[in-house]
Order: sequence, then C-alpha cells, then structure tokens
Amino acid sequence: MNITLRVWRQSGPDAEGHMQTIEVPDVSEHMSFLEMMDVVNERLTLAGEDPVAIDSDCREGICGTCGVMINREAHGPVRATVCQLHMRSFSDGDVIDVEPWRSDAFPVVKDLVVDRGAFDRIIQAGGYISAPTGSAPEAHAAPVKKQDADHAFDAATCIQCGACVAACPNGSAMLFTAAKVTHLGLLPQGQPERHSRVLGMVNQHDAEGFGGCSNIGECTAVCPKGIPFDTITRLNRDLLTALMKGGE
Amino acid sequence: MAVSGLIMVGYLLAHMYGNLKAFAGQQAFDEYSHHLRELGEPILPYGGALWIIRVVLLVAVAAHVVSAVKLSRRSWRAAGVNRYETRRNRRGIQRSYASFTLRSGGLVIALFVLYHLAHLTWQWITPGGASPSPYERLVNGFNIWWVVVTYTIAMVAVGLHLRHGTASALYTLGAGTTSGSRRVILAVSVALAWVITLGFLAVPFSVLLGVVS
Repeated sequence: MNITLRVWRQSGPDAEGHMQTIEVPDVSEHMSFLEMMDVVNERLTLAGEDPVAIDSDCREGICGTCGVMINREAHGPVRATVCQLHMRSFSDGDVIDVEPWRSDAFPVVKDLVVDRGAFDRIIQAGGYISAPTGSAPEAHAAPVKKQDADHAFDAATCIQCGACVAACPNGSAMLFTAAKVTHLGLLPQGQPERHSRVLGMVNQHDAEGFGGCSNIGECTAVCPKGIPFDTITRLNRDLLTALMKGGE
Repeated sequence: MAVSGLIMVGYLLAHMYGNLKAFAGQQAFDEYSHHLRELGEPILPYGGALWIIRVVLLVAVAAHVVSAVKLSRRSWRAAGVNRYETRRNRRGIQRSYASFTLRSGGLVIALFVLYHLAHLTWQWITPGGASPSPYERLVNGFNIWWVVVTYTIAMVAVGLHLRHGTASALYTLGAGTTSGSRRVILAVSVALAWVITLGFLAVPFSVLLGVVS
C-alpha cells in the first residue's frame, strides 16, 4: 500500500517546528507503525536527509516508550501502543498526521520525541512504599482481598506512556497519577503512606504544569492498558480524606 | 467547583418548583413568592431566609467562577489552544458534547443570569410591561416570542452544563469508584439535566401557547 505521512519536524527543543509531508510507497500492511517509520527513516538516511526522531524500546507494548499522536488519537486508531499498531489499520492512499504528545509539561526534544521526566518526578513525590529490605516476607502475612488485588493490578499495568496527557483536553496527567495512587492505595503495603502519597503526587503533578482534571474521560478512551476511570475517583476520595486530616 | 456547583443544582430544583406554581394560578404563584419572604419568621426577620439564600448563592457563584477561571488558565497553559496541527478528531474520541461546551455554555449561563435578574427581579428591562405582581411580570414577558427564545437557549445551556457538571462534581468528591455506581451517577445527571431543562421551559412555553394567562 502507498500512504502519505504528515510528520511534525522540529530540530531541537527551542527550534520552530513544522509539518513535513513524506510520500511512503510500498508499505506492507503487516508492518507495525514503528517498522513503517524505520523504513521511512532508512529511505531518508539513504537520501542524505535527517531521519525522523521517534522513541521506541521494547516493541512489544509493555515499556511505554513509543507513543505519538496519529490523526490526533494517542497511539492511533487501535487501543494499543504504536509498536502494536499495524498498517492494516490504515487504507491505501491514506494521509496520516503524526505529531508528538503535546503538553506544557512534556517539552519536545526533537521531532516526535518528548521529555516525560515530569512523570518520574511525580513518582518520586510519593509513588512508592517504604519497606524494610531483607528476605521476602511470608506470603500470607498480609492477606489481600481478591477484588482489591485485581483492581490494584489493573492500575499497576500503567506503562507511563503519556497518552492520557496527550489526549486530555486539559493536558492533565490525572489518570497516570491516579493509577499509581490506586495501585498502592489498595494494598496493605501502601497504607502507611497513603495520604502523604496522594498529597505529594498531586502537588508535584500541579507543579509540573499539568492541567486540572475535569472528568471528561478522553484519557481512559485512549489508554493502551485500559486503566479504568475508577482510579481517578479513588484518587479524589483519597485526596479529600487526606486534606480533611490536615495533610499529614 | 464541585461543591459550589452542587449548591446551585439544589437551588435550581427549588427555583423550578416555585416556577411550576404558575400552573396553580396567579394567586398561588404570588402567595408563594410572598411566602418566600416570610420563611423562617419570627426567628428570622421579614425576607431574612431569602437573604440567607442569596448570600449562599452569591458565594457559590463567586467560588464557581473563580475555580473555573483558575482551571481554564491551567488548562490553556498545559494544553494550549491550537495544540495539534491536524484537523482530525478535534472533538476528541469519546467526549460528550456537554463536556465540549462546558466553558462556553457556562459563559452563556452567566450572561443569562444577569439578563434574567434584570428582567424579572430588578425590572430594569420589562418586555410586555412591568407589574407589582410576579405572576403578571412572568405572563407579560413570556407572551413575547423573543423572550421565550432567549430563555430556551439559556435552559438548553443549563441542561448541557448539568449533563456533564453533575456527574463531574460527584466524581470530584470521590463518588463513583465502581463502574456500576458511575452508571447510576451518569443516569442521574442525564435525568436531572432533562428534568431541569423541561421543568423550566414548561412555564414560558405554556404562557406563549396561551395555556397559562
């Protein structure tokens, strides 16, 4: 199949960017979107041009490194990461618009690559538990209800890709923050720091320049891991409790 | 945003109940209107309860506007206005029209509230003629088609605002932690939006069509 890409090109963090049109003939429908980009970049390199910078790592949908807006849909038309999106999801002759995640807190490094360091700083602000190291604790020492374990695991599948931010009309990272708050808040190991965690993470979230959540739900519609909206309401509940307790 | 919004939802329901008294005739409507001023007597002075309601409402409106401005400014800084170059999917993937028009609709409602107060409370503008009787003011106003049109636009805006706002307020306060409870909350928001929009529009349209005169 033959497609036309319109790709965001930006040579550096402070450079002006623009959309570049690239004709891509002879694309196999079995290629993943990233493999198609590899072909594009090989051709650009052979022609002596600058290849399109795009992040990728595991290419099996679990690392959260790849991620771009495809026709203004985070990760494109399939609810999976860009590496798991195949060209058969498009048709011959399609014009495909590819842009980086856009948020004030995700500055563009080059072309389609953004700096998602803000997520790491939110995790550092509370997305952990403090546990003594040593031998593994006895497995039955802290029983966890099956329901809680399931919900916690659903939340723990977040791969920090940033699609929620890119899709959110407010540029909010609430789904990401809420996934971690829910994951740890549902488990016994997460209880001691439950309230300081939610306060620390939400404060850091706001300080990074992410917008406020207004419960629109675009994030859950594009999340490749299907993190449910419940995580956000659970975060709100924890936040309210923490604030009423005076914020520890 | 959530608490002030829910206070206003409560007020809207009470206001709608009062409006529907118009179907009980002029005497019932005017008596209800007068009774609002006697509410709580003799513990409260004449008009005391009404002033308490007004102050609470004014504080809620102020809090709602201040939060809305703060949220909007954060949102514009974080996401920008012309965020993506592509023209596709500008309305998002799944978001409701109500959430899309929340900000602009809120502005429409704010302007309408001023117009509405100037019309029926302060009587600065009196289409159809002024009157000391609230019932007559109502009938005089809603006999004019463009008055009904402006009120209809405003009530549709209120309905859309509530369609997203009620559920959103409850989520913000930590309700809806299961998909079942979220379905209930969403259904309640949609029902509330319809009830309030149709409930408020019943009176103006009845006047215009001559059912109430």
